[in-house]
Amino acid sequence: MTRARVDAWTAVTLACAALVAGPLLGLPISFAVEPGGLGEFSGLVPEALSATAILLVGVGAGTLLLGTALALLVTFCDFPGRGWIEWALVLPLAMPGYVFTLFALGLEVPGIRSSLGAVCVLTLVLYPYVYLLARAAFLAQSRTLLEAARGLGLSRRAAVWRVGLPLARPAILGGVALALMEALADFGTVNLLGVQTFTDAIYRTWFVAFDREAGMQLAMLLVSVTLTLLVLERLARGRAQYHQHAARGDVAPPVRLRGVAAAAAVLAPLALVGFVVAAPLVQLGVWSVESIRADLLAPEFAAAARNSVLLAAMSAVLVPAAAVLLAYGARASRSRGASVGARVATIGYGLPGSVVAVAVIVPLGWLERRFDAVAGTGLLFTGTVIGLFYAYLVRFLALAWGAVEATLARIPPQLDDAARGLGADRLDVLARVHLPLMRAGLATAALLVFVEVMKELPATLLLRPLGGDTLAIAVWQATSESLFETAALPSLLIVLVGLLPVAAMIRLSGRRGAELEAAQAAGAWAEGLEQRREVPA
Amino acid sequence: MSDVRLRGLSKSFGAVRAVRDVSLEIERGELVAVLGPSGCGKTTLLRTIAGFERPDAGCVVVADQVVAGPGRFLPPETRRIGMVFQDYALFPHLTVAANVAFGLAARDRAEREGLTQRTLELVGLQHKATRHPHELSGGERQRVALARALAPEPALVLLDEPFSSLDASLRAGLRREVELILRDAEATALLVTHDQEEALSLADRVAVMREGHIVQVDAPEEVYARPATRWAAQFVGEVNVLGGVAHGTGVETELGVFDLRSPANGPVHVAVRPEQLELRADHDGNAEVVAREFRGHDVLYRLRHEAGRVVLAQLPSLELHEVGARVFVRPAPAAVTTLVD
Repeated sequence: MTRARVDAWTAVTLACAALVAGPLLGLPISFAVEPGGLGEFSGLVPEALSATAILLVGVGAGTLLLGTALALLVTFCDFPGRGWIEWALVLPLAMPGYVFTLFALGLEVPGIRSSLGAVCVLTLVLYPYVYLLARAAFLAQSRTLLEAARGLGLSRRAAVWRVGLPLARPAILGGVALALMEALADFGTVNLLGVQTFTDAIYRTWFVAFDREAGMQLAMLLVSVTLTLLVLERLARGRAQYHQHAARGDVAPPVRLRGVAAAAAVLAPLALVGFVVAAPLVQLGVWSVESIRADLLAPEFAAAARNSVLLAAMSAVLVPAAAVLLAYGARASRSRGASVGARVATIGYGLPGSVVAVAVIVPLGWLERRFDAVAGTGLLFTGTVIGLFYAYLVRFLALAWGAVEATLARIPPQLDDAARGLGADRLDVLARVHLPLMRAGLATAALLVFVEVMKELPATLLLRPLGGDTLAIAVWQATSESLFETAALPSLLIVLVGLLPVAAMIRLSGRRGAELEAAQAAGAWAEGLEQRREVPA
Repeated sequence: MSDVRLRGLSKSFGAVRAVRDVSLEIERGELVAVLGPSGCGKTTLLRTIAGFERPDAGCVVVADQVVAGPGRFLPPETRRIGMVFQDYALFPHLTVAANVAFGLAARDRAEREGLTQRTLELVGLQHKATRHPHELSGGERQRVALARALAPEPALVLLDEPFSSLDASLRAGLRREVELILRDAEATALLVTHDQEEALSLADRVAVMREGHIVQVDAPEEVYARPATRWAAQFVGEVNVLGGVAHGTGVETELGVFDLRSPANGPVHVAVRPEQLELRADHDGNAEVVAREFRGHDVLYRLRHEAGRVVLAQLPSLELHEVGARVFVRPAPAAVTTLVD
């Protein structure tokens, strides 16, 4: 009886994993089936490669410098308003690259339509990944280590440079890797700025030239770049997992800045956040009002808003539910197969939306042709939102799974036993113990998925059914036609929704009070995004 | 008629035979301690009785109901067995009262509230009913865990190393308190521990367990005074195992002649507790003090006997012997010893 149930849970987990990872594993097959599939598009590859490389190097260097410098500033220095600025610096996370691009294009920033422009835009919206992880790492450092370094004759600055920074290196590199994955996945920014990276090339072969084989093979090349990046990052980290946990109140006390230094420490971050978040919000607000006054709103705006909210809300239910199934299956079966299955099922998040879209459409297309032949169902999957939900599931399952699994892992198995000893059967345990304890994780998962689906552009663009435009697509279309006022209101809505999880994170930090816990929460959140969760035992 | 019966219970994990052919009976209202070193299978035994593990062989009978046996395996939730976990496993999202009421979901509201209230009073925590577990001290958490296990009026309460996560200074007091609560509730209880003092002072009977087997079940004073094996003698307190020759009711050893509990003849080994020896200062004595462990009310001496062996002797701390001093060691008057293997 027990054995049968164990196998059933493993089966559920493995089925989930196959559903999600199957299409991605199928991508390489296209090379085998049609070796010369790239054909006339093979000329796109060198340019895509060089544009992508420039983007990666630029964004890598930019986020590394900006994120680390800001993290050093707020952890090792004290200045008026530090508590606020610490959290304000996270806000750019809510600004999708393509929305900031819309703002920059509207301002007619000189030279913006170039690789350098794209590097700047993506650096400004992606540096918080590095900032958050670096800050959490600095705060987790025990002051005794820095004091030991100073006792050995190092100045404060030298101690930070030679001990603090090297200790935080794994976290900083983790943050850079995250930022680079996002840059690699970005489609809106590079497309609007005319930088022809891989995501842009996939869009053009797939959507403009309708060559699916070539699109798949370009997607495969992009996957290779992503995986190479992941491997490089692992190598760079090496075995340097410097785990240490400063006891509460054991954080190195920051140095109080005075005079010009203090003024600079306040003004520079404020100027940054002002430029990346506040100014675009004001400008978008102004344009929105103008567009409403002048009746410049796209006629399909209401439909796009409704589509966005419906898609995001349904995904926010569907994806966490699948994540619960996956995480719960792995826990209930306690088998190796199930935990491997869970790992495999979550590879989608590292991959760009355009790749995921290309990957899911092939098996869906094949299936719907079979169904159509039998029952005349037509474009059952690719012509409806089903294909889109499938792509969202593949892409965002890891996000929800990270949040759900982290909370589930913190529930000790003795609680299951205790509840059962008190007369609760398995369903009772889920309803009366696990779900109440997982509520926070589930809410986080739902919120993150909701926001990501609202922002999502490339997969939606490739898979949306006819008339299924979303706010993100409306922004992209209007911006590419330089109709900035028309793009403003949908952009504003996307950014405001995107502020929700950031606000939730900040509120969490306020309630807990303790600096360190807040930093760890932030770190955990970012790591959840990163999908490299290391649950404390 | 026993309230709880274990017959030939066995449980293996792969090649590891955690519990081997264990049989034990517990009377209604009795408190039995399973005493053994860590890894001896005592926790597996407890989890098998509770229903978290399925036995490979043997049966478990609780209050005349077979809960596990050939072709029969009741899930834990239907066994009427309460369990107090080592780390208490209190539900962090529920208040103290809700934790205690967790196992009463099937009762009607009035009964549930009455039982919860009564059980909280039993453990003396009625004033903390609305607190959450993280607001309680270690001792209070333990009492909540106990109350939660007792509230559904189980046929048997299992306690898994209930004092191991408490400070040593709290342990002795709480031990007495837990015993009184269990007696008040007239609960039938099985406790596992690796702490001899805990088992001997708390239980009505002690089952000594080694490598999955129960080697002896007896009243605490019997387990101490008449260990069944050399290993049991060594595990339950300090002991000198001496070789000698038995002549009926006495046994002649290199330390002198001891009385034997049961007559024997020929070469034997006997277990002699350190307090069964006495010392006096003597320049021509038969032993030298090698080390001394002062324990307040008494002192444990490590002596090197002239025959070469090291002997432990425990005496009241009225008179102290210095390290290096020569002493004369001999059997205390009326020291009755037990044969061991």
